[in-house]
Amino acid sequence: MPLIKNNQIAENIWTYIPDDEPLGTESHIVLDLERFLSERQQQDISNRALAVRLAPADDPERLRPYLDELDLIEVDFPKYADGRGFSHAQLLRRRYGYRGELRAVGEVLRDQILYMHRSGFDTFSTTRADLSDVMAALDEFSLSYQKAADTRETVFGIRQKR
Amino acid sequence: MYRYDEFDATLVNERVSQFRGQVARRLAGSLLEDEFKPLRLQNGVYLQMHAYMLRVAIPYGQLGSTQLRRLAEISEKYDRGYGHFTTRQNIQFNWVELKDIPDILQDLAEVEMHAIQTSGNCIRNVTSDHFAGATADELMDPRPWCEIIRQWSTFHPEFAFLPRKFKIAVTAAEHDRAAIRVHDIGLHLKKRGETIGFEVHVGGGQGRTPVIATKVSEFVPESEILDYLEAVMRVYNRFGRRDNKYKARIKILVSETGAEEFSRLVEAEYAAQSPHEKIALPVTEIERITAYFSGPDLPARPSRSKAFDDARAADPGFDQWASVNLQPHKHAGYTSLTVSLKPIGGLAGDATTEQMMVIADLAETFGHDDIRVSHAQNIVLPHIALDDLHAIYQQLDQAGLATANESLITDMIVCPGLDYCNLANARSIPVGQDIQKVFADPAYQRDIGKLHINISGCINACGHHHVGHIGILGVDRKGQEFYQISLGGRADEKAAIGEIAGKALSQEEIPAAIKQIIETYRSHRLTKDERFIDTLERIGHTPFKEAIYAAD
Repeated sequence: MPLIKNNQIAENIWTYIPDDEPLGTESHIVLDLERFLSERQQQDISNRALAVRLAPADDPERLRPYLDELDLIEVDFPKYADGRGFSHAQLLRRRYGYRGELRAVGEVLRDQILYMHRSGFDTFSTTRADLSDVMAALDEFSLSYQKAADTRETVFGIRQKR
Repeated sequence: MYRYDEFDATLVNERVSQFRGQVARRLAGSLLEDEFKPLRLQNGVYLQMHAYMLRVAIPYGQLGSTQLRRLAEISEKYDRGYGHFTTRQNIQFNWVELKDIPDILQDLAEVEMHAIQTSGNCIRNVTSDHFAGATADELMDPRPWCEIIRQWSTFHPEFAFLPRKFKIAVTAAEHDRAAIRVHDIGLHLKKRGETIGFEVHVGGGQGRTPVIATKVSEFVPESEILDYLEAVMRVYNRFGRRDNKYKARIKILVSETGAEEFSRLVEAEYAAQSPHEKIALPVTEIERITAYFSGPDLPARPSRSKAFDDARAADPGFDQWASVNLQPHKHAGYTSLTVSLKPIGGLAGDATTEQMMVIADLAETFGHDDIRVSHAQNIVLPHIALDDLHAIYQQLDQAGLATANESLITDMIVCPGLDYCNLANARSIPVGQDIQKVFADPAYQRDIGKLHINISGCINACGHHHVGHIGILGVDRKGQEFYQISLGGRADEKAAIGEIAGKALSQEEIPAAIKQIIETYRSHRLTKDERFIDTLERIGHTPFKEAIYAAD
């Protein structure tokens, strides 16, 4: 599955471990929220890098105490029509100040990537778009009316500076 | 009216290019239909029973002559010579081809129009009072705020994949013509001292589960309203149900969470916004947008017009029309006129290419280029001098547009029904036409007075039957079309959901049943000025039910 990070193809060093599978031996593992919260207390995995995958129904606020220690948060889009992950991203980036990698996984479609990027995602794991698609999608709109997690000035703001 | 600046124009043009690319990918097969669906829907493209349908946004129902002419041209070039005006103040073209839609969007962009977010699970076209800026009974003009909300909601990156569609309406008048209490969010402009703000209603709606909205805030100052809307939207996006599309509207979240708890969630989300999250819309931007709506410069005129009075005395048809289709204007000597799109035996909301051209010309010649679409699917020319009315009437009459029935019994909201719609259980159009025939006599209609009959062909309620004074709902009974009558619904400031009168009737029985209801009203009303809905409220539903089912 291609991984596109900051407008480049990136290598994926992380392995997602579903809740019903053993932790295995990989050095970088991604766990669902509940398991992440319990495993991070355990001594025996302290030498491994832990990341977390948020499901649509999860409350991202529960990660707030651990944001400094996280290098990666994955937000799952099990169905493209389920837009809760956009709010997760906005909360993590804008309200809680998370600075690490924020990765969209699951049913990630080319034509959602601009909105995902604006909401705070910097990495996209998708089978439905290649690098050139993603670059094109990010370029389709040169302006925005809303404040979001990117650095774009709003149209409302630009008008004031004229 | 609002005019695009280079930023608005750039965004709409970029949308055309984006959609052109999406259609090309779809036609080439690299985009799957299931993936294309949300994209086309957010550009107003539906796959209907017979063809693709394109729904074009008419923000808060306002058009200029140039824009209406362009819609007329599109109806001729790409459709079958007509367009259908909708209850959300938009227009639909029912017979377009997918390959043509990018070109249609390009034609629209040239006149500052688009089809952005006219469908899909996103924030839809913002609707408002069709008399905004012209009526004497409003606190201020609501359109600047509709435009601000249009811009804020356009391509909102967080709220494009909501649990379900989302509709916002704004009014500034105590008499609510925008039906704000049956919207996902209804905003009512108010003043506290010198501060302008909004009363906020959330969770109204029709469909399968009709609900009157809950008032979640008495007053949100205008400087904070977009931030407050963001809070409501985020609570809905995060917590609205996604397991069942029929339970996914915000009204279900409000009712299942409880109004108090829902309000608490919104307040908590709002309170948690950090300063850097705030939109902080600049005051100068509010002023800039408001300036577009200052309205035409109307020369002072006497309140009585001799030309108007003389023409009424000489032309009985004009006199009848003028007694029904005019709304008082805030300036003496002017009026807001309604062009009815409900001719007897016609299709509610339809206008031909030629009719659109006639209306555009009249608006340009006499109406300061201002045209509105009402949620009752009629056209309004809001600023007309009384002196000009007779000339306008004559041209409307020639074009088949002078039906004198605004807000009367034959001015019905009727959904397309089983004749056109995949979802419908029953036909709506012929039922409406049959009722119109019973009440076709203009004098009889005027005697009955203001009354709203709304007809839906299924429980999705596109014909707003829940809020019709008389509502008619088509249902399927073992493969047969039947119709359920409800009484007492209304969409105004006293919004209420109609109550079902009794067992469903066959299509043939409906006209006689409506006639029984009307005759019951006429025999019980205290005076000719007591409206149907007021008589119903005063005497209750029982006499009407007895009249409907007396023959059993």
